[in-house]
Amino acid sequence: MNSSAMFATAGRVLNQLRHDHRTLALLLLVPCLLLGLLRWVFANQIHTFNAIGPLLLVLFPFTIMFIVTSVATLRERTQGTLERLLTMPIGKFDFLAGYALAFGLVAIVQASLASWVAIGLLDLQVRGSMWLVVVVALADAVLGMALGLLASAFARTEFQAVQFLPAVVFPQLLLCGLIIRREDLDRVLEWVSNVLPLSYAVDAIRHVTSSNEVTGAFLGDLAIVAACIVLALVLGAATLRRRTP
Amino acid sequence: MMNSPAITITGLRVRRGDRLVIPDLSCRIPAGTITGLLGPSGCGKSTLMRSIIGVQIIEAGTVDVLGLEAGSPPLRARLGYQPQTPAVYEDLTVKENLRYFARVLGAPAGDVDRVIATVDLAGHADQVVIRLSGGERARTSLAVALLGTPEVLILDEPTVGLDPVLRRDLWGLFGRLAAGGTALLISSHVMDEAERCQRLLLMRDGYLLADEPPGELLQRTGTADIGSAFLHLIDRAQQEATR
Repeated sequence: MNSSAMFATAGRVLNQLRHDHRTLALLLLVPCLLLGLLRWVFANQIHTFNAIGPLLLVLFPFTIMFIVTSVATLRERTQGTLERLLTMPIGKFDFLAGYALAFGLVAIVQASLASWVAIGLLDLQVRGSMWLVVVVALADAVLGMALGLLASAFARTEFQAVQFLPAVVFPQLLLCGLIIRREDLDRVLEWVSNVLPLSYAVDAIRHVTSSNEVTGAFLGDLAIVAACIVLALVLGAATLRRRTP
Repeated sequence: MMNSPAITITGLRVRRGDRLVIPDLSCRIPAGTITGLLGPSGCGKSTLMRSIIGVQIIEAGTVDVLGLEAGSPPLRARLGYQPQTPAVYEDLTVKENLRYFARVLGAPAGDVDRVIATVDLAGHADQVVIRLSGGERARTSLAVALLGTPEVLILDEPTVGLDPVLRRDLWGLFGRLAAGGTALLISSHVMDEAERCQRLLLMRDGYLLADEPPGELLQRTGTADIGSAFLHLIDRAQQEATR
């Protein structure tokens, strides 16, 4: 481990975002605007808004971080900076942890802002504290990041990288309990949804909407999400090759 | 007379895809010397350089750098490498790029300003790389390779598209680095740069046609310039092949 290289990488990734005002604005404002839109759509069905709103609060960071990371790391691969970095004294995990740290910070800001808008301005009813929402959103953002990083290894162009969004994210959205509760799914689909990490993130946020207690089941859901993050990062690290054909 | 070798390559064979890029190559690159690697585009120059840096998977042979196997971890802070593509972050400024790579390398704090001045980019230090010209991007990339005063410098076409005055200054810098003991391997497809090198490797189709100082090469081939010497060697190799 070379923690100085890790912090340098996190600082560098944040610096890149700082130069890219439009991406930064999209990252922070789009979730808030979409929640506003949702509130408007369900203006007369506040129960539906209360049921779906929290799920979207954690799905936005997941989806957005997936795209941002897969494109960012693909760019590192195609413009040669990754190969150059790997000739230097930086470990693969320092590199990945640098990304996780930078995007994790962005996710905290994004989730806090979106939660504040949803709960404070749009009157979303959540039993649990806003900070629990932020914790779940952060776990989801890092999960999206880790999966995006892994997906980028299988893309050669940015076109392909963006196509991984529907391929990797949409099945999880369909099966995570957002549309139909997981218990009501066909047996096979329920089994599939049991192995998809996003299902546990949604279970966790469902728990926060109905209770302010930190129960074992809630922590268990978060632990499964964390384990999936580690798994995706380990697989992602395996795709970072110092030597290539 | 040859300085002690910084790089020793023995029986190197590299395949990329289904193409045998380097069939069997052996050579030594001395410390304290500028070695020029010349040859047409596609002859295997970059592949050879990547093998020395240790990022290329090789099929056979050994590449030994400063007494260690190429690519081994202790070498990572002792080698400077400028790949053929700029390989810097387009959305960062020149200075931010260098600060980042300097921190990863553990280079001293003053190094960033030093290398910016060396490649004559002080006036563009706070500009985002994407707004720079191709030559300025290449210089940013060269500056990264110079960070931390490496013992071995592998530069893949560092002077392409540069202003003649800057080219002269950079070759002056390379000479001073060599005099200080650095081993430099510099590729080029411009023959007139060959005369600035103390040793030459002429490469074609993955084979070395020559590995000697430019003066000896001219004498051996009885030619007046490196370009003609190269042609002479190619003709002779073809005659031998058809015989």
